[in-house]
Amino acid sequence: MRISTVSLLDRSNQISFKFDGKRLFGYAGDTLASALLANNVKLLGRSFKYHRPRGVLTAGSEEPNALVSILKHGQLTPNLRATEVEIYNNLEVFSQNRWPSIKFDILRINDFLSPFLGAGFYYKTFMWPKSFWEKLYEPIIRQAAGLGRLSPVADNSKHEKAFAFCDILVIGAGPSGIMSAMTAALSGAQVILVDEDFICGGRLNSETFKVDGKAAFEWAKINVSKLRLMPNVRVFSRTTIVGLYDGNNYAGIQKVGEYLENPNEDLPDSVFWRIVSKKCILCTGAIERPIAFRNNDRPGIMMASAVRTYLNRFGVTPGKRIIVFGNNDDARRTVFDLQAKGVKVIAYVDSRKDVEKIPKVTSFINSVVINTHGVNLLSGITIKTGDITTFLKCDCLAISGGWNPTIHLTSHLGSKPIWNEAISCFVPQPKAVPDMEIAGAANGVFSTRMAMKSGVFRAREVLKSLDIKYEHIDVPETEDENYNCEPLWHVKGSGRAWLDFQNDVTVKDLKQSVQENMISVEHMKRYTTQGMATDQGKNSNVNSIGVMSELTGREIESTGTTTFRPPFVPVSIGAMGAGGSGKRFAPTRLTTSHHFNEENNAPSVEAGLWYRPNWFPKKGETSWRQSCDREVEMVRSKVGVCDVSTLGKIDVQGPDSAALLDFVYTNKISSLKLGKIRYGLMLREDGLVMDDGTCARLGSNHFIITTTTAAAGQVMRHLEFVLQVLRPDIDAQVISVTEQWAQFSIAGPRSRDLLNETCNEEISEETISFMSTLSVSIGDISACLFRISFSGEHAYEIAVPASYGDAMIRLLVSKAKKFGGGPYGMEALNVLRIEKGFITHAEIDGRVAAKDIGMLNMISPDKTCIGKAMANRPGLISDQREQLVGIKPLNEDEVLLAGAHIYCLDEAPKRVNNQGHVTSVCYSPSLKSSIGLALVKNGQKRIGEKFKMVDHLRNSEIIVNVTSPVFFDKTGSRVRG
Amino acid sequence: MRINCPLCGERDLVEFHYEGSSKLMARPKDENDMDAFHDYLHIRSNPAGLNNELWSHEYGCRAWLLICRDTNTHKILSIDLARDVKTKGSLD
Repeated sequence: MRISTVSLLDRSNQISFKFDGKRLFGYAGDTLASALLANNVKLLGRSFKYHRPRGVLTAGSEEPNALVSILKHGQLTPNLRATEVEIYNNLEVFSQNRWPSIKFDILRINDFLSPFLGAGFYYKTFMWPKSFWEKLYEPIIRQAAGLGRLSPVADNSKHEKAFAFCDILVIGAGPSGIMSAMTAALSGAQVILVDEDFICGGRLNSETFKVDGKAAFEWAKINVSKLRLMPNVRVFSRTTIVGLYDGNNYAGIQKVGEYLENPNEDLPDSVFWRIVSKKCILCTGAIERPIAFRNNDRPGIMMASAVRTYLNRFGVTPGKRIIVFGNNDDARRTVFDLQAKGVKVIAYVDSRKDVEKIPKVTSFINSVVINTHGVNLLSGITIKTGDITTFLKCDCLAISGGWNPTIHLTSHLGSKPIWNEAISCFVPQPKAVPDMEIAGAANGVFSTRMAMKSGVFRAREVLKSLDIKYEHIDVPETEDENYNCEPLWHVKGSGRAWLDFQNDVTVKDLKQSVQENMISVEHMKRYTTQGMATDQGKNSNVNSIGVMSELTGREIESTGTTTFRPPFVPVSIGAMGAGGSGKRFAPTRLTTSHHFNEENNAPSVEAGLWYRPNWFPKKGETSWRQSCDREVEMVRSKVGVCDVSTLGKIDVQGPDSAALLDFVYTNKISSLKLGKIRYGLMLREDGLVMDDGTCARLGSNHFIITTTTAAAGQVMRHLEFVLQVLRPDIDAQVISVTEQWAQFSIAGPRSRDLLNETCNEEISEETISFMSTLSVSIGDISACLFRISFSGEHAYEIAVPASYGDAMIRLLVSKAKKFGGGPYGMEALNVLRIEKGFITHAEIDGRVAAKDIGMLNMISPDKTCIGKAMANRPGLISDQREQLVGIKPLNEDEVLLAGAHIYCLDEAPKRVNNQGHVTSVCYSPSLKSSIGLALVKNGQKRIGEKFKMVDHLRNSEIIVNVTSPVFFDKTGSRVRG
Repeated sequence: MRINCPLCGERDLVEFHYEGSSKLMARPKDENDMDAFHDYLHIRSNPAGLNNELWSHEYGCRAWLLICRDTNTHKILSIDLARDVKTKGSLD
């Protein structure tokens, strides 16, 4: 119920929204929780396990109960905290975990079955039969338990990431945060001040005391405005620091478009910040803790501090007849605030012995609340004073069990907090995090003035460490009362007393945990699920440790703490991925012929980050196989053009470049003559094959080497490793020129004719023989021609500066057409190389040694090289290793499958009998059969034998012949033209 | 984590490639000494504390770096260009 006008709301801006289909009204400045309470909506959802009715407990990000789903632009976002959601016009909100309706929920029956559903119930009950768990038990339990449902449509939310750097990051803009930021800012430091609320000020917005003679919220507003205007300060409201990582990296999530009805389409819903700050001042304040007593979870029971927030900040009273129950003086403050606003306070209950009664309020001193009553909403409570019990009617119970400093971020790097007996709460260890100071209530300094003072003091410490001169700043006069709290973790008695509201964990569950000897806090947590819900036990961890210490008779220090981990509040996966979905998941690398490929309707295939054309469909072709077969025949009989720019190209120069290449390749490169090309094999230091490629000598101290597309990055890094780490004595330089040169393969019997039509120079066996290179020109453009072949045909590769790549593919294809040729894609390229038994990383998969692919003789005996020592290990030259062979189905109508395994004909197709596997397959139009490459044990000696090829996943078993890996033109005559 | 590259200044972890122990700098000279190569390639200590390791500033200047890092805290105690250290011969 709205009872007063307050300045933190804009009463001129009425906002209409829907809750479970019903239209309601609030004002700009309301949270969803305050607007619902103003409309007397107190029942907001059903609990996770027992489906108990639940309402708002808190007024902040620690809210465990008031979780809602929001529908916006067709997208349903579950589990948002109503206490943080800002209302906007036409906001659509739904309550969760109830069926058929929030007021009548069928699974409420779980609550009556609760004696059976305690901690460990699932573990013990659904043990057998084992197969039932996945198919029967789990789906049923998942249906019943839970919070909101995921949206059925694909996530269309927009998120961005951003980076910020500063001298001092101040987390929290309450009393201590504002003073810290002001001190740092006036001294000239680069400051970022963040606050998770949409109005900075923290508790100053919720309390009635004055600061410097002004209303507290006004003081906050004035000072935050001052900070916003300073050039060295950035103030981020609606921003929660969710994690702290090594090297002073802070992760923050900022709401940007998500609180607006119709955000500008350029605005993301949220921004995921990475803030790097030299120093940090943690001013996160404290979270009030509940007290566990029987039925303490009914809607209407609320934290005392939250009652004051709704009252003072939002002008809303959560009830008409309120009782306040606490163990500290903040509970008394709540009574005074309610009285001042004219709300009826039925009674004041204080568990402490020596406190004064409150005038004009029925006061129960040295008393506790032992039970609450009501159906869906709170209707009354029972108070116990000594042996006397009193029943009182009420519609709201404000509770305060004291305050817990919000120290989560101090634990993210592993520091454990320590118990402070004097103020009965956990505080961070001194220097819990390097480069972080902790000020105010977060450090157990609870009075407002002392918190402000502590903010100034900590800022001074930080400034000193940064060598920035401190400018004096006065601490304003304000509330400065002692914090007086006697711990009360739970009220003893029968029935269920809730500790963890979100996961429905009660004191009874902890008792059972202790009975079953789960007495470590970490064991208790996992057994009962206490603190494992989306609120991560912000309201319940300390209380549970308190109850555990009572149950086990240990001191709190020795009971331990659980570990706080990031994120501090739930963060959606979309926000963390921050736009990295779909095309933005990885960078896209396009070749210079990409437009040409698209114009010719060539479908793309991803090769790492590259997009390459898969085939070039011709009119009338209905399947990829038709196109591919045609392209293969075209290359074998006429000429084909293919963009091979994605292969790695590395330019090697310097007096010792030949020495470098001798060291990284197994074969000798230094003996290569000028203008000649050699195939090269690279090993890893462990003796296994790293990559293969070609090496062309352009000058006595100048080479161009190529790598496979897949290993381009790895080889480049490897060469730099050799030059910088292993052999800085080698005077050579390497640079990747993959993107600088567009390179095209021209393959087929008519390739030379095509080039003679294209280049200014005469191309003949005399000017460029197989495995040699030639400088040519096309019009005015210089190009480099290599006579190499990956197809087995008479073939060339021509490299032009990348800026001419698009023109070059068009020119080459138009010339090719004159000879009945055309472009070919990856499918045809793959068929051409399989027919010739040429390897790719499907074969050299990181487990293959030189001998396995028949290249042992490529390891030169005359020189040393990387990997040579280990390549001689007996295990790497054994005949029992899998070796490269070709395979062909016995029946030529049958189809080989890549990834299938090879077995002897008379052995069962089981893992222990495995003889090898199929690495690459294709249909060979030249051989009119399915063919493949395979790695088979001792395969080179078993050529001619028959085996079974079995694919367990695709249910195929056929008989295959093991052959030589070279299927086509075994003598290699075609390549020499 | 942030790494202060001697050539580029302080940069985010994502720019760097982690290779492993700095032991990789001391490649055995004798090709036939299988034990030495075995030790060089496979035997690593796993210290809780200071560790000398090789990183590459792969998305920056591409320098190989020798970094001394505390594995407990990720605090970096020293950063040098691997080339400089190797040239001085202190690890060989």
